[in-house]
Amino acid sequence: MTTSIRRAARRLLLIAGLPAVLVTAWWLATANSTNFYWPPLRTILETFGPTWLEGKLTTDVVPSLARLGVGYVAALALGSGLGVAIGSSKTLRATVEPVLEFFRAIPPPVLVPILILFAGIGDGMKVLVIVSGAIWPILLNTVEGVRSIDEVLRDTAACYRFRTRTRLTTLILRGASPQIMAGARQALSIAIILMVISEMFAASNGLGFTIIQFQRSFALPQMWSGIILLGLIGVALSLLFRLVENRVLAWYFGQRNTQHSGA
Amino acid sequence: MSIVSTLTRRTPEPDTAMSTDSTGQQTPMLDVRGLRKVYTSANRSVEAVRDLTFSIDPGELVCLVGPSGCGKTTLLRCISGLLETTSDEVVLEGKRVSGPPEGMAVVFQEYGRSLFPWLTVWQNVELPLKEKGLCRAERKRLTTESLAAVGLADFHSAHPWQLSGGMQQRVAIARAVAYEPNVLLMDEPFAAVDAQTRGELEDLVRALWERLGVTVLFVTHDIDEAVYLGQRVVVLSSSPTVVLEDVTIDLPAERDQLTTRSLPRFTELRAHVYARVQEAKAGAQSVATP
Ligand SMILES: Nc1ncnc2c1ncn2[C@@H]1O[C@H](COP(=O)(O)OP(=O)(O)O)[C@@H](O)[C@H]1O
Ligand SMILES: [Mg+2]
Repeated sequence: MTTSIRRAARRLLLIAGLPAVLVTAWWLATANSTNFYWPPLRTILETFGPTWLEGKLTTDVVPSLARLGVGYVAALALGSGLGVAIGSSKTLRATVEPVLEFFRAIPPPVLVPILILFAGIGDGMKVLVIVSGAIWPILLNTVEGVRSIDEVLRDTAACYRFRTRTRLTTLILRGASPQIMAGARQALSIAIILMVISEMFAASNGLGFTIIQFQRSFALPQMWSGIILLGLIGVALSLLFRLVENRVLAWYFGQRNTQHSGA
Repeated sequence: MSIVSTLTRRTPEPDTAMSTDSTGQQTPMLDVRGLRKVYTSANRSVEAVRDLTFSIDPGELVCLVGPSGCGKTTLLRCISGLLETTSDEVVLEGKRVSGPPEGMAVVFQEYGRSLFPWLTVWQNVELPLKEKGLCRAERKRLTTESLAAVGLADFHSAHPWQLSGGMQQRVAIARAVAYEPNVLLMDEPFAAVDAQTRGELEDLVRALWERLGVTVLFVTHDIDEAVYLGQRVVVLSSSPTVVLEDVTIDLPAERDQLTTRSLPRFTELRAHVYARVQEAKAGAQSVATP
């Protein structure tokens, strides 16, 4: 009982220790700052509430997160769907794989000006930017995951005459899920970056838009508070992701642990 | 608690004549005629199986014995419709095999890899029954009974990777048995388990076969195991593979690790099969089919 509490405390210390040190350092270093560009952390935090929690939460934060959500889910669906198709067919894989590598190598932000031409400057464009960048790690990892599904498991599914649907869900998607999740994790950080960048180019609301507005109007404490908010959103989403991952891949982590400890 | 106490055995008396395909006999459960398999890749081709002909009657337990690499797995994969043959006839219950047929279950050599690691033991056994379209109550009954029959009643919610190799093999067997196949193919199922577990599992297979009346083709490289288990032992040559001899095992039906293995007849039969395999190795070319 006490040991588990002590262990939890230790974990908390490990997780929160470094951030606490950094925040304190920032706080102390800027405490008496009169530098216009580096306002005291205290000032920044004081502006945080009024800036974000009153009004901008619904006009900027929610729209940003909504676009992020739609774009990310679309990338996930498209990427894993296409990945399963490509991974299942040898000829399809041979034909499209070099092209995929090419597209993956293009830094997604350069697509923004092009996509503005095609899709305008509305929500559609921003979602498209997110999808166009986040899809690649999911797609390529899914292809790899489907390809690496154990031959014996495939034979088993064939012998017991699994229906196509069951084959897809129970054999292929579950079998490739470790790789799909690895791709999804990379895609999440890409999606967040692209959410901000797409709003910096041409937008009338959103987190990226607001931060740029603050910068242009020299509202530096507010700008800094926006950056802190972005960081917090990133941490929160990554924690959420880990929660989902631990559920979806419980079997995988369990298997890996037994293999490492045993044999 | 018998799994299929309701099912009657369909085993005919083992005919003492070797399988000469005489007309007038009942139609065999499985008929392999002139099976040949050549693996072709870009730069070479391997003739894994040259010419195999044998047949198995309904309810028989036949062991197929041959040295490692002689094409046993290849043969099983052809029979189960997982692999295209180069030239053949594999006829199961009167129908030519072209894809995985209904009513067949396979226990693979790599049993650990044949279980879905993301499913529990229970789900692994139940899933094929779902695919077969059985109702929930029926699935529950079959899964419970077959897991109990292999001694895994307490491991329903475990995942395969939490079990030892021998237990994983039991899950694979339970899954095959619950499926209620007409034909059960087993590919060196006990090659990788320790000797004691192996003995237990051999007896388990005999017991299940006797209870279910299922036709079993049991593949092994172990001559002892083949003689102990089978009603007949089909001896294969090394690659390119042909049938060397079809030996009828006239041991009493009631088999027991201790007594059966110490019978003089057991020793004789084992020596006979062993000699055939050695002969084949020595004069690999001069192949005399009995
Ligand atoms: N997919 C394959 N491609 C080419 N050769 C193969 C393939 N699978 C098996 N072989 C060859 O066929 C022969 C028989 O293999 P296998 O059926 O696995 O033998 P066994 O199960 O009796 O040990 C071996 O020489 C092996 O190298
Ligand atoms: Mg083999």
